[in-house]
Amino acid sequence: MRRLVARRGTNALLHLALLTFGALWVYPFVWMLFSSLKTNTEYIASGIRLLPESAQWSNFSRAWRVGHFSAYFANSAIVTAATVVIVVVLSALAGYALGRVRFPGARVLLAAFTATMFIPKGYTILPVYQLIKHLGLLNTMPGVILAESSGAHVLFILLYTAHFRSLPQELEESAEIDGSGFFRTFRQIMLPLSLPIVSTTVIMQFIWTWNSFFVPLIFTLNKPELRTLAVGMFSFTGENTVDWSGMAAGASISLIPVMVVFILFQRYFINGIAGSVKG
Amino acid sequence: MSLGANEAMTVRTDASRSVVTLSRRKRTRYAWAYLFVLPQVVFFAAFTIYPIAMSYVYSFYEWSGIGPLEDSVGWSNFSELLRDPAFWNAFRNSLIYIGATAAILLPSSLLLALVLNRAVFRGKVFYRTVYFLPVVTAASTVGIVMKFIFGNENALVNGLLLKLGLLSEPVPWLGQAGTAMGVLVLVGSWKFFGMAMVYWLAGLQSLPGEAFEAARIDGAGSAQVLRYVTLPLLRPVAAVVLLLTVVNSMHVFDLVKTLTGGGPFYATETVDLYIYNYAFNTSGFPRIGYASAAGIVFGLAIFLLTLLLGWLVQASRERGERPRRAAAARGGGRE
Repeated sequence: MRRLVARRGTNALLHLALLTFGALWVYPFVWMLFSSLKTNTEYIASGIRLLPESAQWSNFSRAWRVGHFSAYFANSAIVTAATVVIVVVLSALAGYALGRVRFPGARVLLAAFTATMFIPKGYTILPVYQLIKHLGLLNTMPGVILAESSGAHVLFILLYTAHFRSLPQELEESAEIDGSGFFRTFRQIMLPLSLPIVSTTVIMQFIWTWNSFFVPLIFTLNKPELRTLAVGMFSFTGENTVDWSGMAAGASISLIPVMVVFILFQRYFINGIAGSVKG
Repeated sequence: MSLGANEAMTVRTDASRSVVTLSRRKRTRYAWAYLFVLPQVVFFAAFTIYPIAMSYVYSFYEWSGIGPLEDSVGWSNFSELLRDPAFWNAFRNSLIYIGATAAILLPSSLLLALVLNRAVFRGKVFYRTVYFLPVVTAASTVGIVMKFIFGNENALVNGLLLKLGLLSEPVPWLGQAGTAMGVLVLVGSWKFFGMAMVYWLAGLQSLPGEAFEAARIDGAGSAQVLRYVTLPLLRPVAAVVLLLTVVNSMHVFDLVKTLTGGGPFYATETVDLYIYNYAFNTSGFPRIGYASAAGIVFGLAIFLLTLLLGWLVQASRERGERPRRAAAARGGGRE
């Protein structure tokens, strides 16, 4: 009994500490949101005061229209959607073959994929840039998408391989007896059983691509109208050094979608991350 | 399990009544498997293998990225690089950033993970979400927001510290070499903290329950359990978390570019920024060969570092096995 009370006391103290730190933790985002509703003069004068005198929603419409954030948002959406589809399809197909068929070369292939896990992207980006230039795709949307989808997708391939390997052999055999071919078994029986993994890979790739900065930056250097949100945000601050509240509104526009997606689907994201430690 | 194997065997013997059908089935399966891995293999060859090979080729040429690759210069890019103090400055900055973030992150994120891993504790998911939030935000946008929080004389940090009486006059946080690197490390750690915490949590949940049971039966208090059971068992996990943290810190380009731009006076220029400035600098003449050489040298350094850490993982795994086995044996003896 006394132990229970003591534990309650400790827990209360811990909650207090965690809440205080947590408030400090997310404070930059809160500050950003409130700053996006201030006027520029208010922003400079306000110091640490959080609340605006009256909410200036015009900051958002100014960033959206004058600051080109509508175009940046559309670009981010297109690049992210296309990249997610490409990466998930490629890694699911490869993972299915590697997990279910012991074809000659499967082990070598898996080893080769894994070996490149620690090769940093910055290391390979110069030749990728030249390759995309040779394909005539520099400063085009398909070029950005292709560069975003490059990389070995090792984590995803390993996740799919482990998952498909764990599905019972009987499933495939009974489907085969019913006359289902290799592809149909994959598409209609195995894939629907893999929705948690598919969700994990979709969410993770969505967040990575949406946040990506380096690749869209170098692939849109000479083509401002192809900029994604992250790149647009950067150039916006370079061009409008005095429009602080417009900057905060732009930052809110780029950060809020990904935060919402994460809060709604965080289970899948966290599972994927945890999987990379156990693997 | 064994039932499944038996059934699989029956199917196989059924099929092998005629050898032709078996091999035909196998052959179709192989063909499908190759078809399934083909797109990924093409991507892998074009965007991973080819670039790795080509960056070595480029490094032996003086090349602006335009026109044919013809001005072969031997090892001169490398010798120029190794004699360039700016490269070593960037190299040192990268190492400082990597070391400092690891030193801050590992203990602090473990502490929070231990708290959240308590048996009876409400709101785990809530806290995990709060502390994980910076991880999912774009590093580049975080850099811009933080630049406004730290950079402006009247902005948040200075305003707060002045009001609290901790400062008598505003500090140009991003305008001095030491504080700029400090801010960079702090923001980088803040951003990756939630990730490290989730790694620790996954590791904590993979620990064998019987070791804790045995310790409790032996009458160990929670501090003793932590000191003698949890922490020794966590050693292999610690090595993995360290490895993943280091790998992450090697690519700070997004944050550095937007938060400090490498300044003041190159005080926060990291290797990826150094490479970027040579390869994509729009004002000067791009030097793809030289930038590739820098990428190769830093890449080799990274490789050696990961090799070292990988060896650490291996070594601690072997050492971690011993207490685990001893604990299991002790738990078994009790029964």
